[in-house]
Amino acid sequence: MKLLQQSMDPNQKRAKAVDRVDSVDTGVASFDSTRMCPFPDEVLERVLSLIDSHKDRSSVSLVCKDWYNAERWSRRHVFIGNCYSVSPEIVAARFPRIRSVTLKGKPRFSDFNLVPEYWGADVHPWLSVFATAYPFLEELRLKRMAVSDESLEFLATNFQGFKALSLLSCDGFSTDGLKAIATHCKNLTELDIHENGMDDLGGHWLNCFPESLTTLQVLNFASLNSEVSFESLEKLISRNKSLRVLKVNRNISLDQLQKLLLQAPQLSELGTGTFMQELISCPITDLKTTFSNCKNLVTISGLWDATSLYLPVIYPACVNLTFLNLSYATLRSGELSNLLQHCKSLRRLWLLDTVGDKGLEAVGAHCPLLEELRVFPADPFDQEVFLGVTESGFVSVSEGCPKLRYVLYFCRQMTNAAVATIARNCPDFTHFRLCIMNPGQPDYLTKQPMDEAFGSIVKTCPNLQRLAVSGQLTDRTFEYIGKYSKKLETLSVAFAGSSDLGMEYVLGGCPKLRKLEIRDCPFGNGALLSGLTKYESMRSLWMSACNVTMNGCKVLAKERPRLNVEVMKDEGGDGSEAHKVYVYRTVAGPRRDAPPFVLTL
Amino acid sequence: MSSETSKVTSELTTAADYGLNHNETELTLGLPGESRGKKLGAKRRFSETIELKLSSNEDSDANQSDTECSDATKPLSEKEQVVGWPPVNFYRKNAVSSNFKFVKVAVDGAPYMRKVDLGSYAGYQQLLCALEDIFSCFTDSGLNENKLMDPLNQMEYVTTYVDKDGDWMLVGDVPWTMFFDSCKRIRLMRSSEAINGLAPRTPLKCSVSSC
Repeated sequence: MKLLQQSMDPNQKRAKAVDRVDSVDTGVASFDSTRMCPFPDEVLERVLSLIDSHKDRSSVSLVCKDWYNAERWSRRHVFIGNCYSVSPEIVAARFPRIRSVTLKGKPRFSDFNLVPEYWGADVHPWLSVFATAYPFLEELRLKRMAVSDESLEFLATNFQGFKALSLLSCDGFSTDGLKAIATHCKNLTELDIHENGMDDLGGHWLNCFPESLTTLQVLNFASLNSEVSFESLEKLISRNKSLRVLKVNRNISLDQLQKLLLQAPQLSELGTGTFMQELISCPITDLKTTFSNCKNLVTISGLWDATSLYLPVIYPACVNLTFLNLSYATLRSGELSNLLQHCKSLRRLWLLDTVGDKGLEAVGAHCPLLEELRVFPADPFDQEVFLGVTESGFVSVSEGCPKLRYVLYFCRQMTNAAVATIARNCPDFTHFRLCIMNPGQPDYLTKQPMDEAFGSIVKTCPNLQRLAVSGQLTDRTFEYIGKYSKKLETLSVAFAGSSDLGMEYVLGGCPKLRKLEIRDCPFGNGALLSGLTKYESMRSLWMSACNVTMNGCKVLAKERPRLNVEVMKDEGGDGSEAHKVYVYRTVAGPRRDAPPFVLTL
Repeated sequence: MSSETSKVTSELTTAADYGLNHNETELTLGLPGESRGKKLGAKRRFSETIELKLSSNEDSDANQSDTECSDATKPLSEKEQVVGWPPVNFYRKNAVSSNFKFVKVAVDGAPYMRKVDLGSYAGYQQLLCALEDIFSCFTDSGLNENKLMDPLNQMEYVTTYVDKDGDWMLVGDVPWTMFFDSCKRIRLMRSSEAINGLAPRTPLKCSVSSC
């Protein structure tokens, strides 16, 4: 799970690290009868190396000193949920043999432009340390980090055995950085570039893969806009027979897709290019046959511009599909219904709200095994054209899909009664993210706040881990959450609440809370400080456009030195307001790379 | 309490004060204009596309008042724009938008017009089937098989549309995507009128089996 679970004393950890380093340097495995553990270290390490789960590893490391050391030495993958909670030096000191790193940077609200540019989360300091500590690093997965082309080049040239790079929602690099990766990583198995704020200077990076590269398993460039050389791509695909994930960008035509699939029928995940073509050179039956030959396909995405004209070609592959991502296809209800009749095995479905409530009825009717549904708004800022989906569509899905666990639903109207029905139909919710797009909007039929809606969710769904609330909400919603939601880990709140009590209920109630992100709510210093004893057990707290002041933040910072309390300065204002506050636990002390607008108190 | 919201509101008021020459306030692509002010937190390279739907709201400034506000917490007027809301990430915001395009369909001689959503059709074939349906609502379709099969080819009506330049065009000449972009409204024109203007017959057929 997380690198830092309970014990937060950095000195204690460092001491242990030093102990172990000494004994290893002598090159002798000491068997000490005064130890608690009767096995030699190597045996213990071998056993522990079989444990993958981070949670389990954290537990193991807390048993005793021997186990702590054995766990350190056997760990190959480290997950760092907040890059500022720890420093690269501390990580390298504790875990000497890491091969794979997952690193997350900016607060999630940076996805919605709430975090200013040049805030931080630069990956380079990490790479510098890793070059010395982990020269055999194989995998790097970054989310919301600032990544430069120089960093990518550094990565490509300093880690000889590097295999897998995944960049999700990062920014600061361009296709030049990708060129470096493609050129230098001779053993590359994975290149996954997903929805980053990057400069796309052209598709030449694809040509940089050497002829000798045959180890590729994952290639995702769906979110890049420039055209790549189809000839290069086809050759790359044909010589990489282990490829199981291929997600191309919109520029790849149907004709070209046909050719690629002929080279790679072994794919298990496919992201298509555009699914519309005025003139197609091969008949549709050819395409259909090609898809039916892809026996391993379980995921299809892309499908840009898909209509009923060409959608039927994927029908043969639909019978085995477990994940269908239609969130870039502006389908209507009829097209979706026809498609879903072939998708009986679907577990996960992502849609645009262009399918309407009628489309969601089809979901309920044809996908009884569905566990995850995400409905995105096609026109989030333009309400004039199309209402989208409503409470009725959501209810239809809940009636047909009782196994639903994960829902993300954007809509323009909702009722308390509908959500209560949905909760009754689907008590297994673990992730419930409802976004009523007009901020602070009440139940559109009764004009009441949406308190009872979320109340019914937390009362009926005992496994709820993640909750995002919206609509007009009083403190009652938070009273419900604090009282009933015992497994809640992540809570997102916007334009809600009546007073400090709201936030206090949550901080006083939810024992497993790890991430709390709040914007535009009337919570002030009282609320902020009510969590004084809680924040160290959480990853982070975000509060923006609330009623918190600098004084409140200063008090928090003074009382809790092991938290970083950061305030982002606003352009206007008189300086006493704390417009954006980001609080997180850390063993690394205050940031040394903070830009001028970030004040660490 | 949201200062982001209040920034937006004050900018709307200022723009409205300039008067309602819509050409001046029309949204065009480009770097954010100085009058808008710089938004904190604009993602690099996407600053020209985010948060600039304000001018689409300016057309209906006059209607701004009639939104519902509840008593407890005042929700934002539907015309106001809030930074980072709804919470859709920058990539998705720019990658997709719905393709709804409702255009009026006028049938000569009919007492009222209809509307069709061009975005729900995959191509001309589906459009013509839909037009046939509309047409048969307005005519005495009876049991005459010919009339049902090819009503539009009965030399009675010609399928035309108005394009971006305001010209009357024949449906079917250009690729579908081009037609989709430029079509403003559709008119099923009586052939008698069309012939007077020396219009060619519409060559398109829509067979019932393919609808």
